[in-house]
Parts: sequence; C-alpha cells; structure tokens
Amino acid sequence: MNFFKRTIPLTIAFIMGVMMAFQYYVPHEASQSLLKVVTRWGITIAGFAVFIGVYSLFHLHWNKIKRKVPGWGYSTFVFFGAGITIIFGLYNGGEFFLNDKQEGTMFDWMYFNVQVPAGATMFSILAFFMASAAYRTFRARTGEATILLIAAVIVMLGRVPVGALIWEYLPPLADWIMSVPNMAAKRGILIGVSIGAIATSLRIIFGIERAYLGGGD
Amino acid sequence: MERLLRIDRRIIFIFVAIAVTLPLLIRFNLPVVATKDVKSIYNKINSLPEGSHVLISFDYDPASKEELQPMAVALLHHCFKNNIKVIGMTLNPGGTGLADSAITEAGKEYGKKYKEDYVFLGYKTGTELVMINMGENIFSAFPKDFYGNATVDLPVLKGVQSLQDMDYVIDLASGSSIEAWIAFGKEKYNFDLGGGCTAVIGPDMYPFLQSKQLTGLMSGLKGAAEYEILINRKSTAVAGMSPQSVVHVLVALFVIFGNVLYFMTGRKK
Amino acid sequence: MYKIFFTFFLSILLLHNSSTFAVEGNKLIPPSDFQAFDTPDDDGKSISLRWPSSPTESAEVEYVVYASLRKDGPFITEALRINSNTMYEEGSDSNLHYVEIKPEKFFSKKSDVTGGRSDYFFKLVMMSNPENVEVKKIASAAPEGNWFNWKKLNNFIIMIAFSALVLLFIEHAKKNPNLYLRKISGLDAIDDALGRATEMGKPVLFVHGLNGMGSISTIAAVNILGKIAIRVAEYDTTLKVSNIDPIVLSVSQEVVKESYLEAGRPDAYVEDNVFMAASEQFPYVAAVSGIMIREKTAANFFMGYFYAESLILAETGASTGAIQIAATDSYTQLPFFITTCDYTLIGEELYAASAYLSREPLLLGSLRAQDVAKGIIITALVLGAVLATIGVGFISFIFKAS
Repeated sequence: MNFFKRTIPLTIAFIMGVMMAFQYYVPHEASQSLLKVVTRWGITIAGFAVFIGVYSLFHLHWNKIKRKVPGWGYSTFVFFGAGITIIFGLYNGGEFFLNDKQEGTMFDWMYFNVQVPAGATMFSILAFFMASAAYRTFRARTGEATILLIAAVIVMLGRVPVGALIWEYLPPLADWIMSVPNMAAKRGILIGVSIGAIATSLRIIFGIERAYLGGGD
Repeated sequence: MERLLRIDRRIIFIFVAIAVTLPLLIRFNLPVVATKDVKSIYNKINSLPEGSHVLISFDYDPASKEELQPMAVALLHHCFKNNIKVIGMTLNPGGTGLADSAITEAGKEYGKKYKEDYVFLGYKTGTELVMINMGENIFSAFPKDFYGNATVDLPVLKGVQSLQDMDYVIDLASGSSIEAWIAFGKEKYNFDLGGGCTAVIGPDMYPFLQSKQLTGLMSGLKGAAEYEILINRKSTAVAGMSPQSVVHVLVALFVIFGNVLYFMTGRKK
Repeated sequence: MYKIFFTFFLSILLLHNSSTFAVEGNKLIPPSDFQAFDTPDDDGKSISLRWPSSPTESAEVEYVVYASLRKDGPFITEALRINSNTMYEEGSDSNLHYVEIKPEKFFSKKSDVTGGRSDYFFKLVMMSNPENVEVKKIASAAPEGNWFNWKKLNNFIIMIAFSALVLLFIEHAKKNPNLYLRKISGLDAIDDALGRATEMGKPVLFVHGLNGMGSISTIAAVNILGKIAIRVAEYDTTLKVSNIDPIVLSVSQEVVKESYLEAGRPDAYVEDNVFMAASEQFPYVAAVSGIMIREKTAANFFMGYFYAESLILAETGASTGAIQIAATDSYTQLPFFITTCDYTLIGEELYAASAYLSREPLLLGSLRAQDVAKGIIITALVLGAVLATIGVGFISFIFKAS
C-alpha cells in the first residue's frame, strides 16, 4: 500500500516538479505545449474537486439534521439555499440548462438581491470591527508602537479627501509612508517569503516535505 | 476611565453607524484629487488609439462590490467613450453577474454592440492556469463566451490571438490575482498591466508599482473616486468619499482618545 | 556676381528643406541593408527583421515589409507597416530598426513543408506619397524554436545555486542534527493553548486560510495541523478543522486521521470534525464565526493565507475569550492578527514551523539554507545599492529580469 500512497505520488511530484521548473527556461514550442497540457490537467482536476467540497458540506449538515444536534435548524438553510439556487439555475428562465444563459431570470434576481447584499454586508462588518479593534488595542505601549500609531493616523487621514482639508501635507506624507517605509517592509517580507516558498517547493520536489500526502511517513 | 477603556464594543459600532449614515443624509462634497498611480491608468487608456483591445478581468465577488464595481464602471465608461474594444472576463465565480451587468449597462449607454465592440467571456476556474492558457491562445482558454457564442467567430476578438495581442490588461482584484497576473501573465507574455484593488490589499501592490510591473493602480473606493473625477463622471465612488472621510476621522479620534485614556489611567508598560 | 549670389542663396534654402525636398522631389534614400533572422530565445514562431536607419526618414514616410514563401515572389502579403521614425532597436541610438513578426499571423500553416523548416522571404519598401523605393536585398529566415532562453541565464544559475545550497545544508544537517533555531513563541505556545482547551473541556478550532493546496502557506499550515492533531489526540480534546477548499479538505482529513493513528487513538477520529465550512470568503467567515460563538472554542489557530476576513475572525474569537495563535504570510493582515491574537507567526516563521516542531535534520537544513540565501541577497542589495549610486551597475545587471 505504501507503494501507491507514498512512492508513486513522490515520484510524480519529483518528475513533474523538475520538469515544470526547467520548462520555465525552455521557450521551444514543445515546452509550451507541455505547459498547455499540464495547465488543462490542473483545471480539470480543480473542477472535479468542487464535488468533494459539495459532498462534505452536505454530509456534515445532513448528519446535524439527522441527529438533531443543537442548532440543526440552521443546517436546513444550507439545503434550502443550495436547492433553490440549483433549481432556478437549471430552470434558466424556462429555457433550461441546455440553452444559453438567459437574462433577467429568478437566478439573476437571487444573485443581485440576496447574494450581493449579503456579501457586501459581511464585508461591511469589517468597518465596525476595525473601529472596535482600533479603540481597544492600538496602544502606544512602546516607542515602536507609538511610531506605528502616528503612521496609522497619518495614513488613515491622508488617504481620504478630508486629509487635504485638515493639513495640505497630509496626503503627500501618507503617500511617502506607503511608497517608502511600507514598500520597503513589504519587499523585505516578500523576498523572505519567496525564498521560503522556493525552499519549501524544493523540499516537496525532493520528497523531504510530505505533509501534503496526508500525514505519516 | 477604566469603564471607558473597556466600553462595550456595540457602543463603538453605533458611533460608526452614525458616522456612515449622517454624511449620506446631509450631503457635502469633498475635493478629490487624482494621484499619480491612478492617472497612469487613465493616461494609458487615453493613449490607446480607437479600436485597441483592452482586457478587464473582474476578479472580485459581491463582498468587494462597493469598492471595485465603481472602478469597473468608470473604466468601462472611459474605454467606450474612447471607442476601445473591451474584453471582459472573471476568475472569481461570484463575480460573473457583477461583471456582466457592468459591461452590458455601460455598453448600452454608449450604443455599443455586443460581439462587435465588447464581449464578456465569463468565468473560468484555475486562476494561474487560465492566465497561462490565455497567454498561449485565448480561444482555447475560452472557446465560448458567457452567452455561449463561439469566441473564434466574434468580430471584437479579431486580431487578438493571445494575451500578447492585448493593448492593455487591467485586473480588478479583491484577492491575490494581481500578483498572479504579474507572475503568470505579464512576465511571461509581456503586456502592459494595470490594477484595481480593495484598499486592504493596496499596500501589497506598491513594490510592483515601483518596479513598473504595474503601470498604475486604483486602490479602494478613493481610487475609484479619483478615476471618476478624471473622466468627469462623478458617481457612487465620489459620493462615498464623504462617509468614508467621516469614518476615517472617527477611527483616528478613537485611537487618540483610547491612548489618552490609557495614559491618564497611568498604565504601566 | 548677381547670379552667384542668387545660386548661393537658393542652395541654402534647398539644404535647409532637404528632407522635405527629398520627399517632395521623390528622393527617398532606402536603408543600405536589410536582415532577417530567427528571433533568439523564443518558441520558434517569430522572425526578427533589422535594418539601418535612412537619412530620409520622417513622420510622412513609412516602412512596409512584404512577405512571400518563395524567393522570387510574388511579394504581395503585407507583414508590417510602421512609421519610418519608430521601432528602433534598444541601445542602437536610433541607428537601427528592429521588429519581431510572426509569420503564422499572415500565412496559414504550410502543407508543403518538408523537413519541418520553412523559409520566409521579405522585401522592405520605403513609402511616401507618391513614390516608393525598395531595398534591393531580399532577406530570408526560417523561425526555429530554441531549447534554452539565454536571457534567463542569470535566473537559471541562481536557481541551481540555491537548490545546491539547500541540498548542501540538508547533508550538513544530517551530520550535525542540532542546528540552532531561534525561539518562535507562537509555536511554543501551541502546547499551552491545547492544554488550556483540555482543561476547559472545550474544542480547539483550526482555521485554514483561503488559498488552495498549491499555496506554500497552506502546505505549511497542514504541517502544523498534523502536529496539533497528534497532541489533541493524546489529550483527548475535540479538534475542529474548517476548510474553504475541497482539496485542502481532503488533505486535512488524511493528515488528522494519520495523526490520530500515530497517537494511538484512531477511534477518537471523527471525520465530520474536519469539514468544509463554505467555498466563498465571507460565507466562510460567517460559518466559522458562528462555530466560535456557538461552541465557545477555547483555542483558535488561524494558519495560512488570509484576506479581509482575518479581522472578523480574530475579533470574534477574541470576544469569546479564546486563546488565539495566528500564522500567516499575508502582509496586509498581519497588523490585524497582531492586535487581536495572543501570538502571531510572521511570514516565513509559518514555513519554518514544520522544521521547528519536528526538529528533523532534513527540514532544519533547508531552513538554514534559506537563511544563508537571505544573507546573500541582503549583501547583494546593500552592495548593489552602493555601487549603483556611484554608477556601477554590475550587481543590478546580474539580477536583471529578462
């Protein structure tokens, strides 16, 4: 069993990893064709993976309903929401799914009047949590924290039109903070993270890192 | 003092709600000045001759609609006004409806014809993989558009084989797709790339602006407002500047007030 | 005398307007040469054309290139049309024109090609209204794919060098297994957090980031999950793992199952505890926040790449009083985690987690290689900045991207 669970996947990872790493340096058409084939495989696999996720979601909530665990009523909404979306999506305004997508259908109505406002609402919660976090936790406990606070206030005010009204140099100062110290820090982290990513990729290619196979050795 | 420091967060939420609502009721205008990075995108589109092809990737979902949809609409108005052909697509499954409605409504306003002046290719899964595929051949990546028309037959895509034939590509992103477009699109296939993103990920993009991997960037609702000012079409983004400014001032005041209380209660390090 | 002055005066006028006169008087001077060759470092679909500038170039004059499949023509297929004062070769100081064209765009695939190589023939014509003048030489070339992109040679060398460094340090670590690693508080606190959850009898929640299995941060997060799952199995605490990606879900289920097996508690593994919360960002946030509030989790681990939802998750967790440990390489979300979580692993500390927790020599060796590579880059940055300031671009040239 180890041969199929370990040896074969590790061999595939090594061959594909080395091949695709060298593919980047080979401009020949054969190399580009290989890239096309591999990308199509990747898209196909990603597409099938959706079914695994759907199964997991439904299975989890079905068990909750079956066992009547506390809060099982909310799980019925998963099926209700998914069911209605699938039904109206397939109905396609009367043309059904074999024809091209129709405009102005119930599916579109649900998208614009349920999903869009719900998604926007969840994102909007961020504003409230941000204010709450800012009030509770942004404290000038140390020198560095004080510098951070001052920079935060300058950028917060400089990045909106009112900043220019408060002080004309706020926007350019905010821009300087974003373009120089912020960018320098971001670049440093980016370089470190990139090196880490390359090292981790090498570990995966050479079979040293095996967690992605599912635990154990 | 101690009680003020440990105030129930719901009271803070009420303040924020008032700060957002009041400016929408008591309207006032704030001057919006376009910054260099937003102007770069504007100038680039202005420099394109009529009939050029611009690819706009609407890589955001309904949650980020409030920041990115105004950007999308402003860009589309600019492109259509300049008689530029627009090719829309999305790598985010939640964004298809938003992208389609933005392109269709803007196109109608300028009397543009679908398939001839603009097209919406729809959604494809795979992000980086789709970019690589499009870099080789757009028609193989999107054999059909969102409405099921064969892309090979579309007049708007005449003269375009792959990403290399695009005169400009703009990614409107709520996630990390701009970085993917740089790594798997621009660096491989060598086209000009501009970006629009939520304010939260704006700081991430600065290294790419400085290295000129991004020709320009619109960040957050303010970026959208700046673009609206540039194209002389004030809309939702400019209107959103007043509540945004008030909330920013409020948060800044909260931070200052919290620290004043903190020092007044004589907290030790 | 009068005639001499008149001729002199007229010739000055003529010289001053020489280019216009040349055009108006149809005296276009064609380029002295015209070359076609296979574009280097490409996929074999492009041919490069190069020719020297002509003194009679102007905005009113165009260059047109005609192509043919035969040397003797006919040259009727227009391959290129540009203004004569554009498309100069980089670094040629406007003395040479350089253009790359793809013959496939104007010739359909040849069915009569033998041997796989086909020559294309080009004729350069300089055009203005009303006269045209041709370059006599017919240039020809056959596009050929290249097996190595020499413009990326520096990149290739750096890749090989870094890979060699990683392998070298892995070998070194096999011989010297006790490599020093600085303390990472967040990882040391994992045991405390799990102990706390066990004492309180409340579950532990592990929250994956939004990226898929292709992301290095997710792979690193899965590593940490494996270690946490072993401890949780030993302590007999409930572990809940929320996922947003189906492939990450499959891997997480396998990892947790194996960990329970390794801890000798295969019976304690509950498959439903490793679940898909949602497939979109904010529904995921809503689902996970709901779990945190309803189940009052005692310890929350946020591991992976997060976006705007990070603050909502961390604030909700903080409001329930849970101990929170976050690890992310998402630069913009770090401030939110730092302010709301008890411990935060920043950037590569997340990647170092697998080496740190397992102390395996192979992993430690690659970590050391990362540090050495970073040291080299820092040195190159500082030296390069100093040298570039004084006008020496050597180091900038080494790191130039194609």
